[in-house]
Amino acid sequence: MKNVMSNKFVITLYVLPALILILLLIYIPIVLTGYYGLMDWNGIGKMKFIGLDNYIELVKDKLFWQSTWHSLLLGLFSTVSLVGYLILSLILASKIKGANFLRKIYLIPMLLSSVAIGQLWAKIFDPTNGMINRLLIIFGVDNPPVWLADSKIALYALFFPIVWQYAGFYIIIFYAALKNVPEELIEAAKIDGATSIQIAYKIKLPLIAGVIKVMVILAIVGSLKYFDLIFVLTGGGPNHASEVMASYMYSEAFSKYNFGYGSAIGFGLLIICLVMTWLIQKLLSSKEVEF
Amino acid sequence: MFKKKTVAMIISVIMLVSLALAGCSSSSSTEEKSADGKKVIKFMHLWPEGSSNAQFSIVKDIIGEYEKEHKDIKIETEILNPDQYREKLKVLASSNELPDIGMTWSDGFIKPYVDGGMLAPLDDVVNKNPDLKDAFIPGVKESYAVDGKTYGLPLELNISYVFYNKEIFKKYNLEVPKTFEEYKKVVKTLADNGVVPATVGAKDGWPASFWFMYLADRIGGPTILTDVIHGKAKMDDPAIVKAAQEVQNLVDMGGFVKGASALSNDDAKGYFMNEKAAMFLTATWELPNYTTSPDVKQEFKDKIGYFKFPTYEGGKGTDINSYVGGPGVGLFVAKDSKVQKEAKDFVGYLVKRWGEKSVTDAGVIPATKVDTSKLKLAPMYIDILKDLSEASNVTTYFDTQSSPAVSELHHDLVTALFGKQITPKDFVKQQADALAKEQK
Repeated sequence: MKNVMSNKFVITLYVLPALILILLLIYIPIVLTGYYGLMDWNGIGKMKFIGLDNYIELVKDKLFWQSTWHSLLLGLFSTVSLVGYLILSLILASKIKGANFLRKIYLIPMLLSSVAIGQLWAKIFDPTNGMINRLLIIFGVDNPPVWLADSKIALYALFFPIVWQYAGFYIIIFYAALKNVPEELIEAAKIDGATSIQIAYKIKLPLIAGVIKVMVILAIVGSLKYFDLIFVLTGGGPNHASEVMASYMYSEAFSKYNFGYGSAIGFGLLIICLVMTWLIQKLLSSKEVEF
Repeated sequence: MFKKKTVAMIISVIMLVSLALAGCSSSSSTEEKSADGKKVIKFMHLWPEGSSNAQFSIVKDIIGEYEKEHKDIKIETEILNPDQYREKLKVLASSNELPDIGMTWSDGFIKPYVDGGMLAPLDDVVNKNPDLKDAFIPGVKESYAVDGKTYGLPLELNISYVFYNKEIFKKYNLEVPKTFEEYKKVVKTLADNGVVPATVGAKDGWPASFWFMYLADRIGGPTILTDVIHGKAKMDDPAIVKAAQEVQNLVDMGGFVKGASALSNDDAKGYFMNEKAAMFLTATWELPNYTTSPDVKQEFKDKIGYFKFPTYEGGKGTDINSYVGGPGVGLFVAKDSKVQKEAKDFVGYLVKRWGEKSVTDAGVIPATKVDTSKLKLAPMYIDILKDLSEASNVTTYFDTQSSPAVSELHHDLVTALFGKQITPKDFVKQQADALAKEQK
């Protein structure tokens, strides 16, 4: 076995299938996307090379920056919601009754498909017959908001189902990380007279800092390329009020038949994601704690 | 030593990848004959058994008949629902692998495919076949023509009406409005009594555009929107601004369901089907729900009537028999098809048989003329087929006529118009700019 693993040729052979798949499915399409971005192409006929025109238009495109801003807002909102998940996980991990049951409840939204969730929330947000507005009317609100139809609140209303959808995912990972904190440390702290808040803040959190960092990156990058529920619930509307980068790319490429420009947006999205990931890693780079 | 190996590895990867890619491109279009020596025609359509059962069965029966008559032909179908179909067709087109026969929409949709040299002209199919030559309702086939050649044969024709709930109208002593002033009065009475006057799925854009298109037709005359597309009139014509203004006046009166700009057409339809809205401006593809569909209660069907969109006092479009409508899907034959001759023959056959079967079996109004005297039809069909023969004009939907980019912009802006996020002036100006850019 040792012999086999030291043979570079064999190693190459073992790595090759995965490498080819990744190249074919991820890296080559990325390069192609950048290349299509240089074309004037409707997706059907012949391509025409137009140099950097698409990218120049992209930089000047107000709608693109507006959708980028919306994506960043979603990223911010998702990051803030991580605090909530963390607190929930801390409570769940502190051996309260029914923690197992609650964990399963939080996980359920993750098991539903995005389209099903979209249909569900479309009914909840319905201005006349929806759950929210029915409740508001019962409590005496005369003119409840029309939610997804109001360009001022549509985007923020959308944040809630999106955050709700992924709650289970974050909670389960935080929970697992917290369960990995050695019991001895906590017991020692208890003997020293630390309160449970102190234990959480001074011992548990520093120990799972690495996980938190990864989750922040996942939340922000996931938000930047988010598409599903926005497409199902508002399609980016009304009047681009809830447009994010991915939905804007979709509408340019697939609805307007503007494949070249759509590809340029896709490439811009990639670059923004890379920059953001790099920035977050810079901001969060601190030494990991070990006791 | 190690470096050499890395280089070798990279080269081998590149070779493998190019092999794999080469494999992709050559494997797809080689099979012409099936195992038993029959010629295979690939046919892609958008009526799945689940959601469009009636249409699915008709097509299946026609294929069965055709295969019986032509022993050497085998027709393979691939069926997708309409949205997936649109996407897949695009992807297939970009890799030049269209099916031998497929479905297409008219005007703006078909043009890029024709410009890309993907479709075969079908004029010979029509001209050679005496059954088809005069079979189409005038003007419909032309919607699939680019530069004088027809690239698609239409199967459906839809025109739009205001469908209304007779019971609700009776409850508030309302008459069917003939003019827009009367219509506004109807709206006011309904709104004052807390009834949703009309439901509209403005999120999707196109259902909301029906209102705009009809008002433009009634105020600016029946040809105005078509003229705009062809550069003979301007989008910022005062008549069109007025039409957009009237849409917003209706919104201000509470003329539409609340939060319409977040409702899809299906959501909006729900209000009408559940009798929570009095009126629904939609096209004749909804007719089965009001007549023959076994899924809808007879009680509801009995309550539904229809009226033509009212005329506008002082408007140029004085003829109430001018409709907004358009062809639905049609059939195309791929230019690169290896069985083009056989495919064309089948397309002709399918269009003819479809015209004979679709009204009775699926409740679809075909693009070919129908002899109602021989058929047993629900009264609403007979009335509408009669209307169709008396129609003075059918304006094809603005979003169907325009290019995909303008069409998409139009949908966005109509949604915004209904949500009052833009003024009528802005609404026309943005479209005028986009059109001017294209017509240059």
